[in-house]
Amino acid sequence: MSTVTLFGLCAAALVGLGLYGALTHPQPLRKLIAFNLLGSGVFLLFGVFARRGAWQAVGGDPVPQALVITGIVVAFAATALAVALLLRLHKESGEATLDPPAPAGASAGRRNP
Amino acid sequence: MMLDTGAAAVAATTPGGAWLVAAVMWPVIAVLFAIVAGGRHAARITLAAMPVGLAVAWAIATRVWEGGAITYLVGGWAPPLGIALRADGLSAAMMLTTAIVVTGAGLFAHADFAPKPGEPETRTSLVFWTLLIAVWGAMNLVVMGRDLFNLYVALELLTFAAVPLVSLDGRAATLAAALRYLMFALLGSVLYLLGAVLLYGAYGTLDITLLASRVQPEPAAWVAAALMTAGLLAKTALFPLHLWLPPAHAGAPPAASAVLSALVVKGSFVLLIRLWFEVMPALWSVAATQLIAALGAAAILYGSVLALRQERLKLLIAYSTVAQIGYLFLMFPLAFDPATEQLQSGVALTGGVLQTVSHAFAKAGMFMAAGLMAKSLGHDRVADLAGVGRALPMSLIAFGLAGVSLVGLPPSGGFAAKWLLLSAAVGTGQWWWAAVLVLGGLLTGGYVMLVLVRAMGSTAEPLAPLAPVARSREAVALTMSLCAVLLGLVALGPVELPEFGGVEAAAIAEAGP
Repeated sequence: MSTVTLFGLCAAALVGLGLYGALTHPQPLRKLIAFNLLGSGVFLLFGVFARRGAWQAVGGDPVPQALVITGIVVAFAATALAVALLLRLHKESGEATLDPPAPAGASAGRRNP
Repeated sequence: MMLDTGAAAVAATTPGGAWLVAAVMWPVIAVLFAIVAGGRHAARITLAAMPVGLAVAWAIATRVWEGGAITYLVGGWAPPLGIALRADGLSAAMMLTTAIVVTGAGLFAHADFAPKPGEPETRTSLVFWTLLIAVWGAMNLVVMGRDLFNLYVALELLTFAAVPLVSLDGRAATLAAALRYLMFALLGSVLYLLGAVLLYGAYGTLDITLLASRVQPEPAAWVAAALMTAGLLAKTALFPLHLWLPPAHAGAPPAASAVLSALVVKGSFVLLIRLWFEVMPALWSVAATQLIAALGAAAILYGSVLALRQERLKLLIAYSTVAQIGYLFLMFPLAFDPATEQLQSGVALTGGVLQTVSHAFAKAGMFMAAGLMAKSLGHDRVADLAGVGRALPMSLIAFGLAGVSLVGLPPSGGFAAKWLLLSAAVGTGQWWWAAVLVLGGLLTGGYVMLVLVRAMGSTAEPLAPLAPVARSREAVALTMSLCAVLLGLVALGPVELPEFGGVEAAAIAEAGP
């Protein structure tokens, strides 16, 4: 197995784990960590494509590397925003969950897509 | 010329390309100035920046109408290495809509969020005004971007600007709504990014025009298309991924609700149009287009029925958004040409885009009118609206006119949109979508009439408004609704429909204030 295949499989596993976590965990913090795991998988996959493209040329394909850096910054900003909202929610309501205190209506219930 | 499908790779910046840079740059500059100057001046800076934005949107729309699409190559680097910005008919229509709705929201919100003389500055005020302009800038970038990764960043900008607008009042309920919105949006954007990465891995470019010529019907493209579509659907809140929308849109302040419902969900939808019609028009099967329209039909029926059952007016309008988003997806099977087995831009696409624009105006007018009624009554329970029609006649007319467009009564923009979709459904022999259109219209009429009848009911003694409502704010709501209604008049006027890319921009321009 070549390095590229190995890293590609790692990326696929990270994406799978992250997606599973994001869809099954009801807790926002766990969802957020799963989202970061999923994001890492995507970035790793991008790195793999950069390396694979390098087979045909010299060095590595620099475009994905530049994009991955931007992507990491965006994911970091998203995480910061979510954590800030979560902290504020905890401060206001004393809870860190998205479950309504009492089932208020027909639409309250499943949250996961 | 609605979409430049099959256009050759972009070689150079066209004349007028600098306008596209202006459309992205001026909101960024306004946001920076507002943050530096602080809450006391944020409202003034934002309102001063709005005419600039309107002028830029107008300049781009007239140029696109007269001379076709405008392109700008960032830094002079051509794709695949560089990034192109491009304004076609769809971009121009969305940019003008955004400009008018955001300006309306700014004028409407001035009474709520402008700092009063003598009072200390509030963070809410600073956040609202900076994010309002940020939404504008992000929308402009989303509708002009030609690079899938650049579009990912633009979508995230739009999300980051929209999410805090939901929780401006800082209550636990709206914070939870904002957090839920963010969770859906983050999952959506990372799925979109995964699809974009797969496309890069398979075809070595992220430029929409170049991809269109390279994409082949094969597993890599199918997986990428499915991932990107799923991600964009979560952001557009198509049933069954709509769960975040009602609490988020109903909990926000009225001006923010108007922007969120009218514009933000449309950003990801525009991207979906680009993906389906421009990047991979030949990739889709009959089953795929029928499936996505079935979700749209489910959204129409489910959203309308739930809207009928809501006790609170803002939730009713939010569920109406869920339903109206469903209409946007009916165009996919209607635009599918079985002979060539690909999506064609034609009457159905025109109808879908017209629905996007007219819903934007109608929903902005509706949320603003509902906000004024709630302010005047001190509550927004649908059952207790009696008397508000006498106290706030202009708001009620704004609500009613917006309803006319949502139902699809002539001569509104909603009528033109639904009529185009209906004729496409009949023309292609897909009568079941015509049935959904008609049934959806009836249900929409039900919940609009429900509100109007209650609001026009009389009370024993005249309603004493809790808070005075400025006539100018009612006028803003009315202007938005009038835009939605007049859009249909102009769109169905003497113009030739196939050339809609340019005509539509003109239609909005003439209907605008």
